Amino acid sequence: MIKIRNMRQFSDSAWKQVILVCGASSIVILLLIIIFTLREGLPAFTEIGFFKFISGTTWKVANDDYGILSFIVGSIYVTALALVMSVPLGVFCAIFLAEVAPNWMRQIVRPAVELLVGIPSVVYGLVGLLLLVPQISKLGGSGDSILAAAIVLTVMVLPTIISVSEDSIRSVPRVYKEGSLALGATQWQTIWHVMLPAARSGILAAVVLGMGRAIGETMAMIMVIGNSIKIPVSPLDPARTMTGSLALEINYATGLHWNALFACGVVLLIFILALNSIAMVLRGRTQQ
Amino acid sequence: MRKKMNTIDLDFYYGKNQALKGVNLGINENEITALIGPSGCGKSTFLRCLNRMNDIILQSRVEGRVLLDDVDIYQPGVDVVELRKKVGMVFQQPNPFPKSIYENVAYGPRRLGLHNRGSLDNIVEKSLRDAALWDEIKEDLGKSGLSISGGQQQRLCIARVLAVEPEVILMDEPCSALDPIATLKIEELMQDLKKNYTIVIVTHNMQQAARVSDWTGFFLLGELVEYGKTSELFSIPKDKRTEDYITGRFG
Repeated sequence: MIKIRNMRQFSDSAWKQVILVCGASSIVILLLIIIFTLREGLPAFTEIGFFKFISGTTWKVANDDYGILSFIVGSIYVTALALVMSVPLGVFCAIFLAEVAPNWMRQIVRPAVELLVGIPSVVYGLVGLLLLVPQISKLGGSGDSILAAAIVLTVMVLPTIISVSEDSIRSVPRVYKEGSLALGATQWQTIWHVMLPAARSGILAAVVLGMGRAIGETMAMIMVIGNSIKIPVSPLDPARTMTGSLALEINYATGLHWNALFACGVVLLIFILALNSIAMVLRGRTQQ
Repeated sequence: MRKKMNTIDLDFYYGKNQALKGVNLGINENEITALIGPSGCGKSTFLRCLNRMNDIILQSRVEGRVLLDDVDIYQPGVDVVELRKKVGMVFQQPNPFPKSIYENVAYGPRRLGLHNRGSLDNIVEKSLRDAALWDEIKEDLGKSGLSISGGQQQRLCIARVLAVEPEVILMDEPCSALDPIATLKIEELMQDLKKNYTIVIVTHNMQQAARVSDWTGFFLLGELVEYGKTSELFSIPKDKRTEDYITGRFG
């Protein structure tokens, strides 16, 4: 008996070790990414100066003059514009799927939405190039623009926003809905005043996930945003994102140019970490 | 005594499953009608037919008629929202919204378009008083409706219903999640409320039905087996099945 018990204890603790290693590995990987990006990027910060680097508006490889303000503005601009379009669209679509659509329609729409996730981003870029850019050029400019990129991004982040929001709306206890309906509230009032507030932390998570995806998207952006190095003003202006700069230039970069690109990666990481921290704080607040 | 509601040959189906079979039952105004029977007998389904809460169940079907003040609530053109204002409902599990106590009670009036703060304050106070909850929580109106005890939550849910001034209140096993003291409070409250409201209560608890109700209906397998004055049904049941059930031989 005692032997068997020891065996069981051994296998129990062995499993604990395995799970611990798996859990720790994600942290180790994150740390490695941060360490290596920092190591390559730091020389740029020391040589150029951190604030000069992020506030500089010129990026001239020939002069070894690197400032990434226009990339930062480009990334934020396109992400914000994409969210302005995708959040209302996505949340309303989620409400429709969770509360309004008949079952058969949901069984068609939901897989279609999920299929959107699997399409490679380069294909989104191609479609944007084919359909959006010529139309937007009619509004002014070349067509390669923030607006084109934001529309492409909107389509790309919609599936995330829709499916996460829909799950959170569906997980609202049915008794809330029934309680509201039984008080003579209409279906829409019930959704707006009871279901959405109860689901808001999930919807917020959906928005932040979408934001993360948007700010990190590279390929489709390069193809439709124009990639010109200047601070965009109008949505019809071309721009360049932080990720786009990395992808476009890393292949031929050496010396300080190489370090500057990694430094740009560090700034991108800071953005992502800050976003996630904000999201965690917000979620914590709504849960209270 | 005037009949507030009447059902005529009421059938109800979940898909192909018939849950109610030709139920004819009249509900007296300003009295308490209790519905008893074993689990799955159709008593809750019947209750939810009275304010069309079953409408939100997919693939369900109603046949027959349900009259409220002699108007069929299932006829085309009936405003379900209007109906549910008149026929309110309290659920088995206390289900206050994740909002403040004040907002829970003000929810119904607000949805009806009342936004005047003074009127809302009055309605909230009156409803909470009528639900015998005011004295316990008048200092805590801003606290979450989920932070009070289960019995208080259930009385909050009753206050929430009272705030829209219904004519009929349906209660679906309102005490099954509560302790005996909280149950007693709800039962006392029901006696106060019946002066102004017509109450229908579904209960698992036969003693509760005997204590609180004026009329009792016994359901079995989707049929209304027996319906009569509570005092008579429990002392001299006419049907053998009723007798077996109330003497505890099954259920």
